[in-house]
Amino acid sequence: MTEMLINWLEWSPQLFKGLLVSVQLAGLALLFGMPIGLILALISSSKNRLVRHIAVALVEIGRGAPALVVLQMVYYGLPASGLTVSAFTSGAIALALTTGAYTSEILRAGLNAVPHREIEAGWALGMTHQDVLRFVVIPQGILFAVPALMGFAIIIFQATALTYTIAIPELLARAYRVGAATYLYLDVLILAGLFYLAITVPFGWLVSYTERRLGSHLG
Amino acid sequence: MIDLLVSLLKGIPATLMVTLGAFAIGAAAAVPLSLMRRSRSHLLRIPARIYIDVVRGIPPIVWLFIIFFGLGNGVIVLSSLQAAILGMGLVSTAYLAEIYRGGFLALSSGQQEASMALGMTRIDALRYVLAPQVLRVCLPPMATFLVGLLKDTTVASTIGVRDVMMYASQQAQGGSGNFTPFILAALLYILLSIPVAVMARVMDERLRARGQAK
Repeated sequence: MTEMLINWLEWSPQLFKGLLVSVQLAGLALLFGMPIGLILALISSSKNRLVRHIAVALVEIGRGAPALVVLQMVYYGLPASGLTVSAFTSGAIALALTTGAYTSEILRAGLNAVPHREIEAGWALGMTHQDVLRFVVIPQGILFAVPALMGFAIIIFQATALTYTIAIPELLARAYRVGAATYLYLDVLILAGLFYLAITVPFGWLVSYTERRLGSHLG
Repeated sequence: MIDLLVSLLKGIPATLMVTLGAFAIGAAAAVPLSLMRRSRSHLLRIPARIYIDVVRGIPPIVWLFIIFFGLGNGVIVLSSLQAAILGMGLVSTAYLAEIYRGGFLALSSGQQEASMALGMTRIDALRYVLAPQVLRVCLPPMATFLVGLLKDTTVASTIGVRDVMMYASQQAQGGSGNFTPFILAALLYILLSIPVAVMARVMDERLRARGQAK
């Protein structure tokens, strides 16, 4: 037991570096994925039928395809079509695409939750359709979606573990490397699990806190 | 193209075995777990809560590694298929227990009270009054979970299960390194999930219709 704790202490700095890579990947995926999600959400509630169907189809395919398939498709596919990108970049792109597809559904629900009378009030004040969207619907819609988006952030953070398969030195990859060098797979993988929990559990509390606060605020 | 599709199809049995095996383990083991989670005794409730939070807080791929490489390194040696079914089963247990708990919360407390008033024991109330209603409420979210699980089983390929994902990346690495194997794999996963998704929608609509009739 003490031996394991000493090992854990020794491995922690390496795993911590990996954790930072995982957090960066998740952050980039959310940063680039959520705007994609918002655009898809707006298009999929457009009045133009053709455009709407295309957006809905993209979202359904993006959500239906496993994240690991998207990841490897980007990683092996981009170089084959002539684009040279690092593993980290392709990992971030793939996770951002998955984020776009999932958050578009969340944001669409948020936008739909904005009461119609507010939109009508905007029109009655002489606002253009675009101004109503920009100043009335989108800000409130995003606010409604915040707890679900935060819940999704936990999911995409966990999904960064998949980038182990494309050799990004994130948390799981570093843990596995230590395991391969020491044969103490169980010990180091449990430590990696604790590192994941150190992020997901407090963040989960934050999600339910936000849910309660926004719930009492928005009624 | 046809060759490629045929080689991906070879992965379907493993994909289905992991998905359905894990779902069966989860659906059964989540029953006692969700009852523990609802129990009045701290001794039962707290361990259940810890299990659920810990399992859901760690990515499934890490659980597979812990079971296959960690425990496999001397403690319990499992084949990669067994490890994948067990690992995804343990993960499913935690998620399905939360779905069952949601089902219990959806029931009005009057159901339990009425059963008690009729002199039923707690076990009988659970078996004849609560459980059938909970199951009905839970079927749509369970179907949604099953679709998610189907996609999550792709991680089994990382410990060597020869599923659709595994054949797709083999094809991509072995020369035809482009988008095609993965597009086909994605379509296969979507196709496999359609029957479940349709079933979920039908059940959901029926439940809604019944709810409105009352």
